[in-house]
Amino acid sequence: MAATGNVERIVVVGTGECGARVARELRERGFAGAITMIGDEPHTTYERPPLSKSALISDEISPVEVLPVARLAEFDVELMSGTAVESLDRDRMLAVLSDGGEVPYDRLLLATGARARTLPIAGGEFALTLRTIDDARALRAQLGPGRSVTVIGAGLIGLEVAASARQLGCDVTVLEVAPRALGRALPAEMADVLVKRHAEEGVEVLCGVLPTGISRLDGGLAVGVEGFDQPITADVVIAGIGVTPNVELAQAAGLRCENGIAVNDRLRTDDPAIFAAGDCCSFPHPLYGGRRIRLESWRNAHDQAAVAAANMLDGDEQHAAVPWFWSDQYDLGLQHAGLADEAASAVVRDSGNGSQIRFALALDGRLVAASGVGPGTSTAKDIRVAEMLIAAGNRPDPEVVADASVPLKELIKS
Amino acid sequence: MSNWTRACGTDDIDNEDVIPVAIDGHDYAVYRSPDDDYFATDGHCTHEAFLLAEGLVMDNIIECPKHNGRFDYTTGEGKGAPICEDLRTYPVKVEGGSVYIDLG
Repeated sequence: MAATGNVERIVVVGTGECGARVARELRERGFAGAITMIGDEPHTTYERPPLSKSALISDEISPVEVLPVARLAEFDVELMSGTAVESLDRDRMLAVLSDGGEVPYDRLLLATGARARTLPIAGGEFALTLRTIDDARALRAQLGPGRSVTVIGAGLIGLEVAASARQLGCDVTVLEVAPRALGRALPAEMADVLVKRHAEEGVEVLCGVLPTGISRLDGGLAVGVEGFDQPITADVVIAGIGVTPNVELAQAAGLRCENGIAVNDRLRTDDPAIFAAGDCCSFPHPLYGGRRIRLESWRNAHDQAAVAAANMLDGDEQHAAVPWFWSDQYDLGLQHAGLADEAASAVVRDSGNGSQIRFALALDGRLVAASGVGPGTSTAKDIRVAEMLIAAGNRPDPEVVADASVPLKELIKS
Repeated sequence: MSNWTRACGTDDIDNEDVIPVAIDGHDYAVYRSPDDDYFATDGHCTHEAFLLAEGLVMDNIIECPKHNGRFDYTTGEGKGAPICEDLRTYPVKVEGGSVYIDLG
């Protein structure tokens, strides 16, 4: 079971952003052995972020490939799509497939991702969810001018879907059980900017409301809400209430799972031959006191893939990247770097032209998080600088941070 | 055949920065390096076509403002994932306080 120094066969379970990036990274690091990517989706590798945003408002959803098929061939990666890994035989170092086939590995990466949570209420099965390109196509087919849409969950996916549905001419209502939107993702002031924009577009975001059930009504759907006399009727109901990490394969193989497949800061599981990366894993983050976290973002999948690839080839890289995500709603772009839970004070930088950034400082003055919202990518440069400052444990002068006439970049150099 | 076209003034770009320039409906990104040399590339990232000029310039690298794809803007070379295609560059000359691009 113990890993040997001689790595000739690498198996990647999962064909999403993380899996595909690992395959590329392995080749770019000079790995010449066999790479097999196995995933149960019947598609080539594709990017998920556009599915709730730009792709959803296009007439026909075409995949943005992470690794174009020609690249897969060039990198000599064997892609087994539409194939589930049923179990892991860790003693014999084999991935056992649903059709009974066995794929031997010297190193194995679990990049199994996560799946959309379904609504735990009566009729919850009537609500669509969005995770895969097939989900997006099924949802797109339901959207159009005059269609009424109820989105359950005012998180990032819920609000992105709400914005896209509105842009397609739907009448949209968003229901959130928590007291405010984006409670898990963003400080209240930034969430308010987005919610206000939804209101301007005619999308109602109702917080503190509890859906109790969904039933069919006159060819559409009715969402019962606690304390409402009448149900909310809609042609389409979508649930965006978070994801569950796909840990079952690891769990069945006896690997430790704690809110995700537990790995160390090298992304290695307790089995030295098996690694995990992306949405499916939880890891200790050195920038935040070694606290175990799990991130669900494109960028994390991307960053961890590079570290996992290096360490599967017997490297010794620590994963310490600053958490980062973005969202697009209407013409507004949001970018966020860091984790805000240590935040003790906030500094706002108003960049004009509708862009603002909110910086969160810890008690000791360290910059721990920054969120920017504005048209398109207008805050990107500053959020990127903030990310570097967070990574460096920088304690920036709040007056400089607040002064939009001083380029933030100066702080890196000082 | 060269086709030199004025893109901007030399002072329109800060040191180690980039600005967007549109000429005849085509977007370019024009860079000023830390050594005050000027460079020009296509304006859109080769990954998902976001405008590069809102990205961060560090030394000879421009980072896409959306997905952090990196290019060496002096050569157009893509620096790893998610970039699969290099960026087109254009010859640049500086004359009388103006930056000219050879659109070819």
